[in-house]
Amino acid sequence: MTEHPKTEAPLSSPAESPEEAAATRRHFLQGMAATAFVAACSPLEREAFFQRHFKELNKDELARVLARLSQGYSERFHKQVTVSAEPAASGVLFGYALDLSRCIGCRRCVYACVEENNQSRDPQIHWITVLEMEKAGGVDVMHANAYYDADEVPRPGHFYMPVQCQQCEHPPCVKVCPVQATWQDADGIVVVDYNWCIGCRCCMSACPYGARHFNWGEPTIADAEVNPETHYLGNRPRPRGVVEKCTFCVQRVRNGRYPACVEVCPVGARKFGNLLDPTSEVRYVIENKRVFILKEELGTSPKFFYFYGV
Amino acid sequence: MHRLSVLVAFGLFVWVSACGGNHERAAYLRTAPGVAPSGAREDAADAKDFPVPPPPFSEGVFPCSQCHADMTPDLEVRDLGEHDGIELHHGPRDRWCFDCHNPDNRDMLRLASGRLVPFSESYRLCGQCHGDKYRDWRMGVHGKRSGEWNGKKQYLLCAHCHNPHAPRFKPLAPLPPPKRPDEIL
Repeated sequence: MTEHPKTEAPLSSPAESPEEAAATRRHFLQGMAATAFVAACSPLEREAFFQRHFKELNKDELARVLARLSQGYSERFHKQVTVSAEPAASGVLFGYALDLSRCIGCRRCVYACVEENNQSRDPQIHWITVLEMEKAGGVDVMHANAYYDADEVPRPGHFYMPVQCQQCEHPPCVKVCPVQATWQDADGIVVVDYNWCIGCRCCMSACPYGARHFNWGEPTIADAEVNPETHYLGNRPRPRGVVEKCTFCVQRVRNGRYPACVEVCPVGARKFGNLLDPTSEVRYVIENKRVFILKEELGTSPKFFYFYGV
Repeated sequence: MHRLSVLVAFGLFVWVSACGGNHERAAYLRTAPGVAPSGAREDAADAKDFPVPPPPFSEGVFPCSQCHADMTPDLEVRDLGEHDGIELHHGPRDRWCFDCHNPDNRDMLRLASGRLVPFSESYRLCGQCHGDKYRDWRMGVHGKRSGEWNGKKQYLLCAHCHNPHAPRFKPLAPLPPPKRPDEIL
């Protein structure tokens, strides 16, 4: 090995000033890096990398994004997966009501949600947590048990309280997101753009309901179990490292259907509808039943109402 | 000065009117409890039909007339030979078949008024005693609904969830509990 003193290897030709030379080299390296990146990526990956924020996409760009995602998912899961971006309808503000005097804690909702919304099976993600509490203690989430197991429910002396995203009118999770990857849509649903989320999990610490969940590992779903009807802001398969949450089944409710948890509930404890429609089921509940919202003192104004239907 | 204040007031009015959208959005919070339920709403609910699936008969029992047509009704309270699978756990102990079933035409149910209703409208019969539940059921609040939140809904008969002879809802086996955080990854 021969050592070359620095002076013997001039960095530039005598005609260039040192600044010009540095600038040229920087441009060259930048060009090389860009070329290498472009060469290393498939066109789809390149598009995904340069995709803009969901709300900034124009019609053509959005169509291209949806087509790209649909193609990617279809290849990955070996069946036709559609990705919609159905917007919120005007005059609609979604609300939810859950009858605590009916719920028996059977957890049918938890697993119907997992199947409908393509949550990761391993590592396990559930958007709904069912809390078991003692009737004598009343609603006391500090001493609730989410891990109860029994041959039959309801267990004597206990009642059950499913908790999921409360779709707050003043959502603290949206406030803290440093990159605006999560927001409240016009129909009141708080959604996440998984392509924009940086996985900082600030929203998870801001949410008082434990309703946001992080993909710590690469999500796994068997091909046969993937729900192929997806929404960009809802149940499309997520990558590792992003936060996800209940969207009231945005892919269903924006097409007029009930959320999956409403339809599966064997005791009919779950009610859903348009808060702006005076004839809707949720409005009837709010106007006629004893209703409360969870952690009212925090000022989050949930659009998820617990009630006693007895 | 007076004219100025009128102008300001007018400006305010225009501005408030323009904010109508926000008012509409907050309307569900403003509505006072107990104001809305009126006779008009219940009449409207009566007018709409309740699409229900066929009644949950045990296999082969309906139409009842296939056996009962040639039998003379026996109004005595007694042990039933053919229907001994039925144990009544519904209300007071002196509840008996003909409180609900109709002795002269077994294919129909009979209201307290004497009016006959088909099994597919059994909710009218149940509603005689359980009026509060009937009212909630018609509004879509008691019982399970599927279909569209803003359109056609599928109702269920009371009997689809509650066995009319023993109506208490039966306990279910719960699905597995979630994994604890230390079991994930």
